[in-house]
Amino acid sequence: MVSAVFHSPLEAAAEAGAAHRAIPAPKAATPVAITTAKPAGPARPAYDWRELGLKVLPPIAGLALLIGLWALLTLKSTSFPTPGMTFDAAVKLFADPFYRKGPNDQGIGWNILFSLERVAVGFGLAALVGIPLGFVIGRFELFNRMFSPLISLLKPVSPLAWLPIGLLVFKSANPAAIWTIFICSIWPMVVNTAVGVQRVPADYLNVARVLNLSEWKVITRILFPAVLPYMLTGVRLSVGTAWLVIVAAEMLTGGVGIGFWVWDEWNNLNVQHIIIAIFVIGIVGLLLEQALMLVAKRFSFDD
Amino acid sequence: MNKFIDVQNAEMVFTTKKGRFHALRQIDLTVAKGEFITLIGHSGCGKSTLLNLIAGLTLPSSGVLLCDNREIAAPGPERAVVFQNHSLLPWLTCFDNVYLAVERVFGASEDKAKLKARTQAALDLVGMGHATLKRPHEVSGGMKQRVGIARALAIEPKVLLMDEPFGALDALTRAHLQDELLKIVARTQSTVVMVTHDVDEAVLLSDRIVMMTNGPAATIGEILSVGLARPRNRVALAEDPHYVHCRKEVLDFLYTRHGHVEKAA
Repeated sequence: MVSAVFHSPLEAAAEAGAAHRAIPAPKAATPVAITTAKPAGPARPAYDWRELGLKVLPPIAGLALLIGLWALLTLKSTSFPTPGMTFDAAVKLFADPFYRKGPNDQGIGWNILFSLERVAVGFGLAALVGIPLGFVIGRFELFNRMFSPLISLLKPVSPLAWLPIGLLVFKSANPAAIWTIFICSIWPMVVNTAVGVQRVPADYLNVARVLNLSEWKVITRILFPAVLPYMLTGVRLSVGTAWLVIVAAEMLTGGVGIGFWVWDEWNNLNVQHIIIAIFVIGIVGLLLEQALMLVAKRFSFDD
Repeated sequence: MNKFIDVQNAEMVFTTKKGRFHALRQIDLTVAKGEFITLIGHSGCGKSTLLNLIAGLTLPSSGVLLCDNREIAAPGPERAVVFQNHSLLPWLTCFDNVYLAVERVFGASEDKAKLKARTQAALDLVGMGHATLKRPHEVSGGMKQRVGIARALAIEPKVLLMDEPFGALDALTRAHLQDELLKIVARTQSTVVMVTHDVDEAVLLSDRIVMMTNGPAATIGEILSVGLARPRNRVALAEDPHYVHCRKEVLDFLYTRHGHVEKAA
């Protein structure tokens, strides 16, 4: 009777009557079924298109609104580039993303890759330290009390405040940038892992106690899988932070990287390129986030 | 009657944020080997607390608990627990959930093939032999509880402790699993202590029903020997005068003499 939705109420009522009468006499049901199926047939794919349209159109409309506003506001402007000018610059820029003309003039592709490398190293080190630290803090109350105030104190510190310390200790720009990413992206992993360990259902740990499982089995079979979803949330937040911090850090340290590139283009007064950089940073951040969401989905367990 | 489990003058006081809470008072209970005991009482009467004490998951504030003449100081696999909400690890298959327990208890003395055979046998025993590779979220609530029972039985415990094992199931599934449990216990001669709030379940399954008074400071109010012949058939028993009498006794205790007082909450 699903097909009745597509008819007028009158028709539907007639059909309903027909269907009722059809129950004692199955032979009569066949012609009714055919007449109802026919109008429903072409309606089905049309319905699916609408569903797809509803999913795709609003984001496109949002983007169009942004670009439209941008175009409107820059209509009479001479200093701020229009969407068209920016697009042309982007086409030129991405035609050759991997050129190298000296240390301070390299393609956008290189800049992105260098930034990603710094993020990977800084974030990787943060994960290496932060996740085990989170486990220890979550598992042992003493460590929780020891480290919680420190974390609360250091977590809200701006990334740029850490940079001079890095420069002082490492006496070089690149390690200082990595240090800044490390120290800023470690906290979400520590905190989320610790919370995950504290929230392992007591029942699972009771199972471990009743079975008298070894500490190794408790960690590998119960704690680690139970904490994994929390840990991955921490990782996702950390990567987001790391990508946020890299631009600021590179602006100050220089070298090759997307942040440095933005500053360089500002010095060249090439505003189109700055706008392109904003989009590129946004898209790379989005891709990182989505990739980690996929990983997290793979490791989430429905009870 | 031998004292396989012996609870002597156990007291349980919890220290909470709101202050001290006297949960159990002067608990004295003995359970014979092969006996099936149910603990029944209104919610909050400390029946689960008593079960946790026997399991060793919590230790009494004072008093002594013995199992097979040894003090219960910590949980251990000789006192297997079937938890109320099955407590299967969601990232392991049904087979691996049981295997984890089997490996821990028999891993030192038996090879892998033997361990796997034990696991399979336990799952077959509860009628879950067909779903070994499924994860807990892929099977129904009743099936999860079966796997939980299989995990407990697979390690050949001296005592099987069950905390409202069928509480979360619908009436038909519950009846079915009760019948299965009766068969399994008859076959394995297990000693069972089970917490329940279901009068019919208590009378159908138990040798003795331990009825607890309301908390705080709950204690054992009365112990009823059921004394119905085994094997028991739920349909035949429905009109059995002795069964009806036992049922009436428990209902009388729970609702006439120790009616639940809601103000405690």
